[in-house]
Parts: sequence; C-alpha cells; structure tokens
Amino acid sequence: MLAPERRVDQTQGTARSSNAIQDEQRLLAALRDGDEAAFALLVECYHGSLIRVAMAHVSDRSVAEEVVQETWIAVLEGLDRFESRSSLKTWIFSILTNKAKTRGVRESRHVTFSGVGSTDGEADEPAVDPSRFMASGFWVDHWASPPHLWDDDTPEKQFLTKEGMLYLEKAIQALPLNLRQVLVMRDVEGLGSKEVCAILEITEANQRVLLHRARSKVRQALEQYVGGGRRQP
Amino acid sequence: MTRDELKNRAIDYLAGKVTCKEFTEAATDYLEGSQTWLGWVRFQMHLGLCPGCRAYLRQMKKTIHTLGRLPEEPIPPAVRDELLQRFRTGKSR
Repeated sequence: MLAPERRVDQTQGTARSSNAIQDEQRLLAALRDGDEAAFALLVECYHGSLIRVAMAHVSDRSVAEEVVQETWIAVLEGLDRFESRSSLKTWIFSILTNKAKTRGVRESRHVTFSGVGSTDGEADEPAVDPSRFMASGFWVDHWASPPHLWDDDTPEKQFLTKEGMLYLEKAIQALPLNLRQVLVMRDVEGLGSKEVCAILEITEANQRVLLHRARSKVRQALEQYVGGGRRQP
Repeated sequence: MTRDELKNRAIDYLAGKVTCKEFTEAATDYLEGSQTWLGWVRFQMHLGLCPGCRAYLRQMKKTIHTLGRLPEEPIPPAVRDELLQRFRTGKSR
C-alpha cells in the first residue's frame, strides 16, 4: 500500500511570487502612504507572473508587456479606491485578465469563457488516449499500455535544457485559451484555486475540469518528448 | 459468509470498481483533495494495486512540478524604474 496522499490545502496557493507579501493590510497602508519600497516589492513580486498570465491571452511578447504596464497604472490609479473585498493580489490579476482579454479580442486570439461545455469544442476529450486502455474483457478500461515510471530526474532534467524549455512553452501555447489561463496561473505561477476562481469568475469544479484537461495535455506532450518521440506538441 | 469472503467483497467494492480510465479522468480531483472521503479511499486502494496508475500519477505530479520550474520572467530595469517614477509623481500630486 502506498503512503497516503496527504491532502494539501491548495486554496491559498504557494505562489513563488507571494511569499514576500504576507501582511497585505500593512502593505496596502504603506502603498497608500506613498512608500516607494512597498511598491517596488509589489512590482518585483508580481511583474513576472503578470507577464506570463498576459502571454496566455496575447501571443506577442511586447503586447503582453504593454498590458502589464497598463495594469500597473490602473493599480496605481485605483489604489485609494480599492476596498479589500478581494485580496490585493486577486484584484491586480483581475485587472490584468480584463485588460488582456480586451487585447486578446483585438488580436482575435480570445475564446469566450463560458465554462465547461465550451473548451473549444473538445469537452469530451479524454485525459488519456483511449487506445491505451483495454477495449473489452474483464480488464476493460484498465491499462493496455501503461505509462512508464519516470525516474527522479525525468522529465525535469530534460526540461532544464533550452530545447526542453522551448518544447514545454510550445506545449503550453498549444492549449486552448481557457485551459492555458488556468494552467499558467495554477501550475506555472502557483496561484491557489480560490484565487484563480475569483480572478476568472468560475466555480472550483469548473476550474478543476479545465486544470485537469490542461495538465493531461501537457503530460501527454512531455511523455512524447521523454519517450524520444520528440514530436511537436 | 466467512470473514475472508467478507473482506474480499469489501476490497472488490472499494478497489474493483475503479478503472484506470476513471483514475486518469479524476487525478486532479484526487490531487486537489476535492473528492469525498470514500472516493479518496477507493482511489488509494486502486493505487495500491495498480502500478500503471502509480506511474501515471507520478507523471502528473512531475508534469506539475516541471511547469513550476519554468524560469521567472524578469522585469526589465527600465520598466521598473518607469513604474517607480510614476508611483512617485502620482503620490506627490
């Protein structure tokens, strides 16, 4: 028997960016007070994540930079009016998402976010290629060709190379927008599920479906790469 | 029914009903801890019996881990300075 999988509270997230910003009320007071160091900290912490999330909407790097700049300006302008109904972080990412959406529409890359039923017409796409399961018999729907057990360095070692990283980025970019958004926020930037639901205004169940579909596709792409197939995702 | 038969029935009920396909469809629910307790126990039992799904779960976890290792996007110093400048002028108005 395996050691029990501990249930981790993932609602708050473990954002690599958020560790430094713990006491939000104090930070907010400092920002309103004109404390430049506080603003510098905020920018340092979130700028990179904001760029990545923006890149989920707009394909062009320079457009993403612009969207993030606009977001910061909106944050500066809205700071005094911000009412702490959401966390500061959720508020900033919501501003970004709205601005990125608008730009994405202009770039016609945006797909409407209307929930589970409309993930680019692939709502029923399975997590794993059905041909890998037994089609009939006593073991129907059990593995016919099970995945390989990756060792400790796989696939991390491969993906720390420049080529591997490019492959992974391409696999992410190949996802439909709604899957990409959730995956980037949750797994790349480490936001919590509650945060992502608040930013995208979706339910937790909906978010889990999108996240699972996105992860499944990326896992498949990594499996192909690790397996030596090295096909383009 | 003997004690052993009863035990086997219980195991069949809990583990036997989980297919690998079902596991792969709900792996994120499992990882997020969003299942019912019984659902979680069923998956635990299935994992205990199924090396294929253990390998699959490990691949999923490593996929997530690898995604989290993508390099951070740096902030260009010029952008940072410009934003700080805006903050200064905005607050001194």
